[in-house]
Amino acid sequence: MHINDYLQFIIFVVLLIAITPPLGRFMAKVFTGEKTFMHKALGWLENLTYKVSGINPTEDMSWKSYAAAFMVFHLLAIFILMLIQMNQAWLPLNPQNFPNVVWHSAFNTAVSFVTNTNWQGYSGEVTMSNFTQMVGLTVQNFLSAACGIAIAVALTRGIARRQSKAIGNFWVDTTRATIYVLLPICVLFTLFLVGQGVVQTFAPYVEAVTLEGVKQLIPLGPAASQVSIKMLGTNGGGFFNANATHPFENPTALSNFIQMLSIFAIGAALTYMYGSMTGARKHGWVIFGAMLSLFVVFTSISLASEYTVNPVFHQSGIMEGKETRFGVFNSVFFSSITTSASCGAVNAMHSSLSPLSGAVAMVNMMLGEIIFGGVGAGFYGMMLFILMTVFIAGLMVGRTPEYLGKKIEAKEMMMVILAILAPCAAILIGTGISAISPAALSSLANKGPHGFSEILYAYTSAAANNGSAFAGLNANTLFFNLMLAVAMFIGRFAIVIPILAVAGSLAQKKYSPPSSGTFETDTTLFALLLIGVILIVGALTFLPALSLGPIVEHLMMIKGQTF
Amino acid sequence: MKYLIPALRFNIFMTLLLGLIYPFMMTGVSQVVFPTQANGDFISRDGIIVGSKLIGQNFEKPEYFWPRPSAISYNPQPSGGSNLGQASDALKKAVDERRAKLKAAHPYTTEEPPQDLLFASASGLDPHISVEAAEYQLQRVALARNIDKAAVQKILQEVTASRQLGILGEKTVNVLVLNLALDKK
Repeated sequence: MHINDYLQFIIFVVLLIAITPPLGRFMAKVFTGEKTFMHKALGWLENLTYKVSGINPTEDMSWKSYAAAFMVFHLLAIFILMLIQMNQAWLPLNPQNFPNVVWHSAFNTAVSFVTNTNWQGYSGEVTMSNFTQMVGLTVQNFLSAACGIAIAVALTRGIARRQSKAIGNFWVDTTRATIYVLLPICVLFTLFLVGQGVVQTFAPYVEAVTLEGVKQLIPLGPAASQVSIKMLGTNGGGFFNANATHPFENPTALSNFIQMLSIFAIGAALTYMYGSMTGARKHGWVIFGAMLSLFVVFTSISLASEYTVNPVFHQSGIMEGKETRFGVFNSVFFSSITTSASCGAVNAMHSSLSPLSGAVAMVNMMLGEIIFGGVGAGFYGMMLFILMTVFIAGLMVGRTPEYLGKKIEAKEMMMVILAILAPCAAILIGTGISAISPAALSSLANKGPHGFSEILYAYTSAAANNGSAFAGLNANTLFFNLMLAVAMFIGRFAIVIPILAVAGSLAQKKYSPPSSGTFETDTTLFALLLIGVILIVGALTFLPALSLGPIVEHLMMIKGQTF
Repeated sequence: MKYLIPALRFNIFMTLLLGLIYPFMMTGVSQVVFPTQANGDFISRDGIIVGSKLIGQNFEKPEYFWPRPSAISYNPQPSGGSNLGQASDALKKAVDERRAKLKAAHPYTTEEPPQDLLFASASGLDPHISVEAAEYQLQRVALARNIDKAAVQKILQEVTASRQLGILGEKTVNVLVLNLALDKK
């Protein structure tokens, strides 16, 4: 690694730590209903939203009502998004006259964007009209992110409240996340991106005649307004097919750096918000520390792998699938960030990373994207592992486990286990079915273990609601569109519903003050135990599958074997 | 089900706000503040659009600097990379062919061709090459244009962009900008 690589790594970490308290403090105020400086400017918009939507903002919902609102809202959004795509030919803002999207692709894309996955079977610049991109996809980029934050806030309330039947109001949380957090940041972020060169126009595609006389039709569109929320909301769905590798989506090293920071910004701030709202500030930093440690370790493994000499080409830092302006370091760094969070935007082609770098990307997702993670999703995913750690620690000393003054009992643990296992099952069963199904195998681009990795990566990305891909796989087929939609569905709802059940159950409990036997959760020991539990669960579940893909590919490759 | 009507009204309101007002407003402001960037930074020569500063294009003639290999042959419909793994037969074959071709075109050097000229970019539209990749081609371009190598070197130095803010990213050479500067001379 170059000295500049270390510097960029350090600057990134320092900036991430620096923005966490102010953003976390701000979000804690927003979601507890305190007035912030933003209320003067945008308070009217919040109230207008409730009025127009017929929402009673004072309703305090039980976990069941919260979950019902969440479900109804998501199913309706999927339906509307399908409708827009399947009728885009007759809708305005379609300068390239793209036809309607075929139903199974529209269904896959709708589930994908509503669940904050943003898996893309389609290629944006040859499929989607500006209308679909804006009115369909951009809107869901915001709302799926806002819903994720809402669930994290509801869970936080469940832990903070005592003997309460309710965990907040889904509409209010979603509205506030959108209007006070996501939208204002995105307005500034969009302008910054345009300044760097991201396009923002409604003009039709431009035909250039190159210096050597070849015609080149260059796509345009309102990209910047979508790219900003795609990164900040850890959505990751590219305006163009090549996503954040495309020079119109990520034109400079600076746009790249800020995009990387924005992926982690809200996920990191949520740990501070959590500490703030539950009064356990130090515990919030312990969670942040565990996340950061995992991030540094995994990223270092990935970098080490990419910088090791590849015996097939006798070179290190292979530039296949990487952009010159980012180089090796920023490509690998981005790949680790985007898979740690549930972003899934890519600034390099993950399929062309070294086998172990690709494996790190998969492991990041398989662990549930809890390393800062998706906005909200990373936090409540991490909370599953925290509850599990508290439970295991309790078993070790033989007492009823307590967490922040709440007793953790069988009911909560059942929900936690369900939420941890559901996406794992979706990944492994989906991969298993596909590995023996001719309809799936005909989509592969690479042979040997890398072909298996393409399938494993696809289900991991879908079930973890990530959306990045080993993009050699032709996933825009009836088989994959439907199978991966199911995986994305499980990856969202089979976690959110149990999480809300846990929140509801914890909210009802009495506060039991800590005693000498309580296992402290604001210590380094707890952070280490937490990391241990995460790694053991991840390793036990996925090591066999990884062995068949990237691990065997790596072992063969270092002997010079190609496929 | 009591949430169905609020969900619908909420969705419609948010669609108006986030799907129409927000992108239209951002487009309006961008077109005023950053008109060049917002519209794709196109370059015209003699009234003809010859390309975008940000979008790579193919060069094969000896008098031009060549860009990186592209899995989509620089046709941006759609963009993308090869997605071949690092232990792929197909990739090895492609790289061997590119190396042989580069060596044949650059007989005056025994240097190995730089990595970025052997491996395809991620977007297929990478507008840049590394400084090494440009220097590797310098002599060929100078000979084909029948000009002094130092003159080409000077233009290359002018076009080379350093790391952003001195730290971020890598040093780059924009191939289209470089070739345009050469043509002007």
